[in-house]
Amino acid sequence: MTMIEKVYFDHNATTAIDKKVLGVMMPYLEMQQGNPTSQHSFGRYARTAIEEAREQVALAIHAHPTEVIFTSGGTEANNMIVHGAAIKNSQSTLVSSNIEHPCVSRPIEALAQQGWHQDLLKVNHDGVISKEAYKDINTNNIGLVSVMLANNETGVIQDMSLLHDFAKEKKALSHTDAVQAFGKIDVRFDELHIDAMTLSSHKIYGPQGVGALILNKRSDIEPLIYGGGQEKNLRSGTENIAAIVGFGKACELISESMKVTSIHTRELQKMLEISLMELGAVIFAGNISRLSNTTFFAFKDIEGSTLLTALDKKGFAIASGSACSSVNKEPSHVLLAMGIDEDLARGALRISFGNKNTIHEVKGFMETLKKELQNLKQLTAIAA
Amino acid sequence: MAYSEKVLDHYENPRNVGTLDKDDPHVGTGMVGAPACGDVMKLQIKVSDDGVIQDAKFKTYGCGSAIASSSLVTEWLKGKTLDQASEIKNSAIAEELSLPPVKIHCSVLAEDAIKSAIADLKSKQGK
Amino acid sequence: MTQDIARKPIYLDYSSTTPIDPRVAEKMIPFITEHFGNPASRSHSFGWTAEKGVEEAREEVAKLVNADPREIVWTSGATESNNLAIKGASHFYSTKGKHILTVATEHKCVIDSFRELEREGYTATYLEPEPNGLVDLEKFKKAIRPDTVLASVMFVNNEIGVIQDIEALGNICREQKVIFHVDAAQATGKVNIDLEKLPVDLMSFSAHKTYGPKGIGALYVRRKPRIRIEAQMHGGGHERGMRSGTLATHQIVGMGEAFRIARIEMQLENERIRKLRDKLLHGLQDMEEVYVNGDLKQRIEHNLNISFNYVEGESLIMAVKDIAVSSGSACTSASLEPSYVLRALGRSDELAHSSIRFSIGRFTTEADVDFTIQLLKEKIQKLRELSPLWDMFKDGIDISKVEWAAH
Repeated sequence: MTMIEKVYFDHNATTAIDKKVLGVMMPYLEMQQGNPTSQHSFGRYARTAIEEAREQVALAIHAHPTEVIFTSGGTEANNMIVHGAAIKNSQSTLVSSNIEHPCVSRPIEALAQQGWHQDLLKVNHDGVISKEAYKDINTNNIGLVSVMLANNETGVIQDMSLLHDFAKEKKALSHTDAVQAFGKIDVRFDELHIDAMTLSSHKIYGPQGVGALILNKRSDIEPLIYGGGQEKNLRSGTENIAAIVGFGKACELISESMKVTSIHTRELQKMLEISLMELGAVIFAGNISRLSNTTFFAFKDIEGSTLLTALDKKGFAIASGSACSSVNKEPSHVLLAMGIDEDLARGALRISFGNKNTIHEVKGFMETLKKELQNLKQLTAIAA
Repeated sequence: MAYSEKVLDHYENPRNVGTLDKDDPHVGTGMVGAPACGDVMKLQIKVSDDGVIQDAKFKTYGCGSAIASSSLVTEWLKGKTLDQASEIKNSAIAEELSLPPVKIHCSVLAEDAIKSAIADLKSKQGK
Repeated sequence: MTQDIARKPIYLDYSSTTPIDPRVAEKMIPFITEHFGNPASRSHSFGWTAEKGVEEAREEVAKLVNADPREIVWTSGATESNNLAIKGASHFYSTKGKHILTVATEHKCVIDSFRELEREGYTATYLEPEPNGLVDLEKFKKAIRPDTVLASVMFVNNEIGVIQDIEALGNICREQKVIFHVDAAQATGKVNIDLEKLPVDLMSFSAHKTYGPKGIGALYVRRKPRIRIEAQMHGGGHERGMRSGTLATHQIVGMGEAFRIARIEMQLENERIRKLRDKLLHGLQDMEEVYVNGDLKQRIEHNLNISFNYVEGESLIMAVKDIAVSSGSACTSASLEPSYVLRALGRSDELAHSSIRFSIGRFTTEADVDFTIQLLKEKIQKLRELSPLWDMFKDGIDISKVEWAAH
């Protein structure tokens, strides 16, 4: 096991922390640190570091530092906006798409059981939320409309101007989950004209356990976690300073490297997808505007989980659908929403590249994949 | 809380700390504030027969800004006539010490202490 | 940078937060650099290694408090644990009733969770403690109503360090069929916690008060009898549906290691800290008009909360800037309000204002304590010489009887 050099193709699940990020975090892990709320010098030192990180995050997405609210991650930020907007308007309808991450859809479902209304924007066969989909929503009094910027499984990028226009017409609070898009495409909060946006650190080579809700200054929501009143009363709890500082640095680094990385992963993606199609793979949303690092595909009549395990043994880490739902064996809800056949969906595999992946690795992967596919086909032939 | 250098200087090296004999007919004593509010200022002035302040002393229970405000006014009071003294405004104190908005009340208290000390002197002298 | 360290004051604020133990940091680093996988990734070994780290840490946390690892739910910290326990259990069992009970001296995040439930239509009782900070068992019993669904009492108070009789309070709750939550953020590594014996249903933990990293905590949720809570954060269904969100593996691993060290070293460490605390107490008690806040016996070794009469609180904090201490809880010290905990004990505003919480920890030395005693004596004397109230006290005037002009 240790003999094989491992290849990591699962960057949409999590990324390895950048060494420079770790470098700025180390002092906060190793030295005496204060509670940022304390008034003595240890506390003030911690407070300054947090405010610097807040500026770094704001700069990376073209927001104002006061619009950045640190959370324990993307899940919390998404729960916070859904819950926080809902509580403000108990009669309202909560609108999201049918391909959202569970941390948007589940809190809405939970609120739907407590008396809120729920409505879904439906994606078309390509995984895109079209203008027509928005027109299908007839309710008024909308408390929140949330549409993810880029999908974690297919990588499909949604048109945010449609979300903006819809929210404006309905006078609704708008939110986008930009966890997967941030760091892979240019994300500018000031130009999106969306009220709120979710970011996560560990998808951009920052540490796990920290994220942010970017909240337009005019928007008023209720907190999810009450207590000491940190983060302008919107998110209580002693700040996770090492992680926040790391997140700030990761934001700074990703802004510098994004363009180069996305050109690089685009090349890998092209190469991979040509080879996959030669082997007869179906590439989901293949011709649609997608993240340059994400390829979601399946082979007809090939059991996805068997292939996954075989590839892992050979040292290739890839995913089936999103990491969070890897726990269960249900076919991807994103593919089902796109109207993909259930059997094909069950075999879906996701490759997501990162800045350190190489052409060499992709070639190695394709060779291994070819062999494994042959093995599997032989096995099925024998079984038949 | 960030204090200005002047506040820190007065806090570290308060001027004119002490007590004058409050029964002396030339001494006026002002005591303002309340412990529950977090500040008590005692300001005393010693005035010559021609109405010029010759000495000023203070004691203050309070935050750094309160201590600095009272220390500063004792410096300002010396050599002034009672009329000039009663013209000292809290805004001048606040400006001199660069007090932040949450500490403006300390300068108000110092102004009150001056007025109170002068009033005490005048009532003593039957004027 | 080195200069910066040289000028650093002596840290006596361990109840606010602790530094990460170097052994904990060492254990965390590989989980940032090498084993960085998402523990929810079931399809490759990066995920499995991370998951193994998470599960080993869960066992260590469980061991410190003698619980089953399956009873430990990871959270982002004690604030979230308290929110989750209080709101989650009150919501789940709301058919039983809508009365909730806590103590006026609880941490702000408990009080604020109660306030939020009040806005949702629950009725809350905030029981006043005795002047020593402890909860009177009879009063607690009387405060329970037929519709009481949950009671929340902290194990160790963050400001005054007093230890509540959790076993007795828990037994009362059991008799009355009330869900019992305990905020143990300040207790781990300081008092023995045996959840097999303690009649507690939910217990909150924090890593960064016990030499672990910030941003990670846990909630104990009893399995027998099984306690249910409504999730506050929904999503991928992590932590058996009770708390969704990608787990920060390195932080979890850090918490596990911090709790393992606490379990092994607690007894010796507390003995050493008691000696330092007693030395500090005796040194400071040399002065006149010094009052210890909270019961001194039923109290953790690490805490000393003292009020210095006739000295104003903020000027006191300015005077002792060479030591890092708290006046009241760190979470509320940005405001100038006197500590609500000390006021709940019946302390006057003045005494509450002039209180200092010294909290001693793993890296405090005897020299630190000696320096602190010396510094306090010098500064208190200086401030009292400045204080008109001290003069009045010395002249035998009862300050409480003086009529102060309100302003």
